[in-house]
Amino acid sequence: MADKVFIAFQNNADAQPLINAILSDNPAAVLSESPGMVKIDCPARLVVRRASIEAQLGRDFDLQEIHLNLISIGGNIDEDDDQFVLSWQS
Amino acid sequence: MAKSKKPGLKERYALLTRGLDWETTYQPMDKVFPYDSYEGIKIKDWDAWADPFRLTMDAYWKYQAEKERKLYAILDAFQQNNGQLNISDARYMSAVKLWLQGITPLEYAAHRGFAHAGRAFRGAGARIACQMQSIDELRHAQTQLHAFSHYNKFFSGFHGFAHMRDRAWYLSIPKSFFEDAMTAGPFEFVTSISFAFEYVLTNLLFMPFVSGAAYNGDMATTTFGFSAQSDESRHMTLGLEVVKFMLQQHEDNVPIVQGWLDKWFWRGYRLLGLVGTMMDYMLPKKVMSWKEAWEIYWEENGAALFQDLSRYGIRLPKHHEVASKEKYRLTHEMWTTLYQYGNALSLHTWVPDDEEIAWMSEKYGESFDTQYKPRLLFLRAAEERGERYYNNRLPMVCQVCQIPIFYTEPDDSYTQCVRIVEAAGTKHHCCSDGCADIFNHEPMKYVQALIPPQQIYRGEAGGARDIFEYAAWLHLERGVDTGEYRGSPDQKNWQAWQQAHRAKPADAA
Repeated sequence: MADKVFIAFQNNADAQPLINAILSDNPAAVLSESPGMVKIDCPARLVVRRASIEAQLGRDFDLQEIHLNLISIGGNIDEDDDQFVLSWQS
Repeated sequence: MAKSKKPGLKERYALLTRGLDWETTYQPMDKVFPYDSYEGIKIKDWDAWADPFRLTMDAYWKYQAEKERKLYAILDAFQQNNGQLNISDARYMSAVKLWLQGITPLEYAAHRGFAHAGRAFRGAGARIACQMQSIDELRHAQTQLHAFSHYNKFFSGFHGFAHMRDRAWYLSIPKSFFEDAMTAGPFEFVTSISFAFEYVLTNLLFMPFVSGAAYNGDMATTTFGFSAQSDESRHMTLGLEVVKFMLQQHEDNVPIVQGWLDKWFWRGYRLLGLVGTMMDYMLPKKVMSWKEAWEIYWEENGAALFQDLSRYGIRLPKHHEVASKEKYRLTHEMWTTLYQYGNALSLHTWVPDDEEIAWMSEKYGESFDTQYKPRLLFLRAAEERGERYYNNRLPMVCQVCQIPIFYTEPDDSYTQCVRIVEAAGTKHHCCSDGCADIFNHEPMKYVQALIPPQQIYRGEAGGARDIFEYAAWLHLERGVDTGEYRGSPDQKNWQAWQQAHRAKPADAA
């Protein structure tokens, strides 16, 4: 089994479009909810795409806006203007 | 026009971190930055350092300002609407008191530490990352103090955190952790705080515990906690980056980094015993046990991280298997210790009620039922007879982690674990092989640690002759700030407020 990466957000309305976009772009991702927060686990690699979030939001989105509601991550990060990727290389 | 197009993220970050600094000419670089080489870490190319988030200063201030606006709007609402009445139970306040006393001063220490580390690195990317983190940590200390100040109006035990920081025996646990890091070199400091503590371990503090705060109706802690954690994800990334940077720069760095990972995993784990106890015992409504949190955040997520680092020749930290063996007992052993030394704590302790004990049975199974549940019931029976148990002496504590020596042998949870180490002709006591290894690696560092119970018994605590005089020297009022929860002013006030709260509509009708 591939090692899991994860990303966690505050469970609020602002984070919902991000969560929806991530779940649709990463079919293997699993969402778990705790009070106040959601954690998304995914085997090996998880991608957050700006275009998918913009489609959810109906407005332009700067990927760095994810800092506002981000709680934690596990994985190596590769970020540019269009996507934010978490991965383990093993 | 194409020319006016804003540069991309990678380009903007490169503009900030490459070429804005300069080579010194009045003095050689090695004299200007003496600390980034004396630990033995070899750096060939500082420009290989990159912050994966590539945060630039303008974006940093913009998003931090937005976080602050959100946070303070919520704190205003919390204060104006008597948010303190919405917590699950006043016992919950013990967790908040411990946070204020033990964790908030660490945020301030981190602010100082990163300012120092930032000055010590000669690479601009590393300096900027440390600068941002230093400002973040100051923000965390301030927002926590601001949030907790509201509780200080209604509950006991919040008043003296600054006075107690350098005097309270149990607060030397977090304090010594950070001072150990701050007195190391800059690479070890960043490895200890950003990587071992923040990447590997603080998910246990900020995720399940803060989620627990949300579940217990603590809007203030939930809000600053998650706001701080949004910075923390950046710090964790810095931590992983600095470790990978060192490992990639030179193979000679690998054993040095491994040694730091071994040391700081263990020190961080020992410190987190307090957080686990907050989760299992101080949250009246429970979200997740320490054991479950350890399995998710260390055994699963931490193992994935170390698997990733194995390509550089890094292995799992020493004694990680001991930590996993201890997951069944860590918090139960810690709670009994806090319970018995309750006369010298600025928070309340108690025996959990039947419902909580049933939850512990479900989460911890046979070991809890055979070993810790009978002990809790024994303590409860004593209390019901009017003989609430206190240990009115002070404990022998570990020379390294400064936790009382009450943990048990890894393979025998009925035998106290003590390791005696020697340096400079004196004997010292450690709580575990992990702490003994740390001591033996740098004995002349740890022999200098002032051990609170020893200092108190030497008369250094205002000449206090017993635990009650010592507590008074901490500015703690017996039975108000300290001791048993049942019968405390916190409990009486809470019950009165709940009755008043419920009585109102009936009166109006």
